[in-house]
Amino acid sequence: MTIAGDSELEGQIAEWRAYVHRRREMHSTDAEELEDHLRNRITELTESGLRADEAFLIAVKRMGTLDELSREFAREHSERLWKQLVLAKEPSAPAAARSRRELPVMLLCAAVAALAVKVPSLFGVDIADDDGSFYVRNMSLFVLPPLAAYFVWQRRVGPRVIGALAALFVLGAIAANAYPLDDGSQSLAITAIHLPLALWLVVGVAYTGGDWRSDRRRMDFVRFSGEWLIYLNLLGAGGGMLMAFTAGTFNAIGLDAEEFIGSWLAPCGFAAAVIVSAWLVEAKQSVIENMAPVLTRVFTPLFAATLLAFLVAVAWTNNGIDVERDALILFDLLLVVVLGLLLYSISARDLTAPPGFFDRMQLALVVSALVIDALVLLAITGRITEWGFTPNKTAALGENIILLANLAWSAWLLLGFVRGRMPFAHLERWQTRYMVVYAAWAWTVVLTFPPLFDFA
Amino acid sequence: MRITKDLVAASATPLVLGILAEGESYGYAILKQVNELSGGQLEWTDGLLYPLLHRLERLGHVEASWQTPPEGRRRKYYRITEQGLAELAEQRRQWAAVVDALRGVWNSTQAIQPITAPAWEGGR
Repeated sequence: MTIAGDSELEGQIAEWRAYVHRRREMHSTDAEELEDHLRNRITELTESGLRADEAFLIAVKRMGTLDELSREFAREHSERLWKQLVLAKEPSAPAAARSRRELPVMLLCAAVAALAVKVPSLFGVDIADDDGSFYVRNMSLFVLPPLAAYFVWQRRVGPRVIGALAALFVLGAIAANAYPLDDGSQSLAITAIHLPLALWLVVGVAYTGGDWRSDRRRMDFVRFSGEWLIYLNLLGAGGGMLMAFTAGTFNAIGLDAEEFIGSWLAPCGFAAAVIVSAWLVEAKQSVIENMAPVLTRVFTPLFAATLLAFLVAVAWTNNGIDVERDALILFDLLLVVVLGLLLYSISARDLTAPPGFFDRMQLALVVSALVIDALVLLAITGRITEWGFTPNKTAALGENIILLANLAWSAWLLLGFVRGRMPFAHLERWQTRYMVVYAAWAWTVVLTFPPLFDFA
Repeated sequence: MRITKDLVAASATPLVLGILAEGESYGYAILKQVNELSGGQLEWTDGLLYPLLHRLERLGHVEASWQTPPEGRRRKYYRITEQGLAELAEQRRQWAAVVDALRGVWNSTQAIQPITAPAWEGGR
């Protein structure tokens, strides 16, 4: 056999292997086993006098068609048709060395987060009988740095970015603890809400591997956030069951497990779940369809219908919106939901696809949310001029304006896109650029609101 | 002569287990042995041996291990287990019963001689 014939044969075998690899039913070890068989057969045929390419053709023919093969493999390994998130990865590529360490590193980060939550109890601040506000202020400071650390390791972030991340976390810790915030004060609640948000965006910097200016990376972080939330909820549901069973079974033998659950299982479990969810999102990224865009598809029409019905009801009954204490927050949340629906449909959209029915639906959703919010703002301005500014109202109003601005411009861009005047990418870029505004606002609230309002 | 698909499928498990009962082996060697034992009359599609081996592995009749010779590609070897030997014995009893029954049928209907395949099917 000549060397040229040899390399030609290798090329043919490689091509065949590529075809086998494309079948989900057959794993790479199966492909290897089959390839070994193919090579044996070719060797035998060439030894009996056939040319390499002839031997290859016959060997492939005798192997059976790939359709037939995958059907048989599927019958034996039907579980493979369900894309599995494998915990122990197949030892396939040499590049797997790092991904093998992925799991231990994740577990380490999760353990650090879980234990960090318990560190204050060494100094007499326990979460279960924490009538004060320590954990309310600091929970995110225990959980999010390990998450950032995980991404720092995974993305091999440079020392300068690590320094910036550390500085931001320290700044957050100072803001949460240096101000004299009274238990039950509005400022405390505001810090408790805005600090996690601010720190989450810091995690975003780690997630992008320091490349936070890139629009694509930012969009990845948006996708990540949505999936992470879904996974956290799933783990939370499982954790809730675990706690219920722990409490129930120990109760049955007359032991009270509630203290253990309250001061260990729940807080440590939550902290670990934050990291595990992040790892799950990363690990299954290429394995399973993202859930957030699917939920978006389901709920965009439903929310649009509800909002339109609400507007019709307002016009019909001529009832003004009764601005109760919590109304502003409720409508803030509504805007957040609408923005989320918009963001996640953007995150999953083929940027080059022409405008379709769904885009019009989205436009209707955004516009009706805008109209409703305008009505709310109209109603609330009167109240604020009447009663003056409090931290709560100011924060809620600020958020409302930020979201309103985002959605108004989004509606404009969406309208342009639906009418075929603008590429969809503009909308995506607008959303990713706008994230800086959220970060700036969250940090402003955390850092300046308490002194601004005399720690009320 | 061409043996029908159903018969090939039914005899595959005892054949493979029987071959492995003689010692550890790998896919291609098993297939060659089947070919020799049947005088080339049992024709398998090569690739279909592997799902069968995997099924036997899942059922616990055989164990598999990857072995790498000093130079060369690694290869998956199969070894029969205790349970596989028991299964083989069971299959053997069942096949003996079938063969006995068939022999009775052939003896009582000796008028029917094995018919040689028509010439136009010979080339298949």
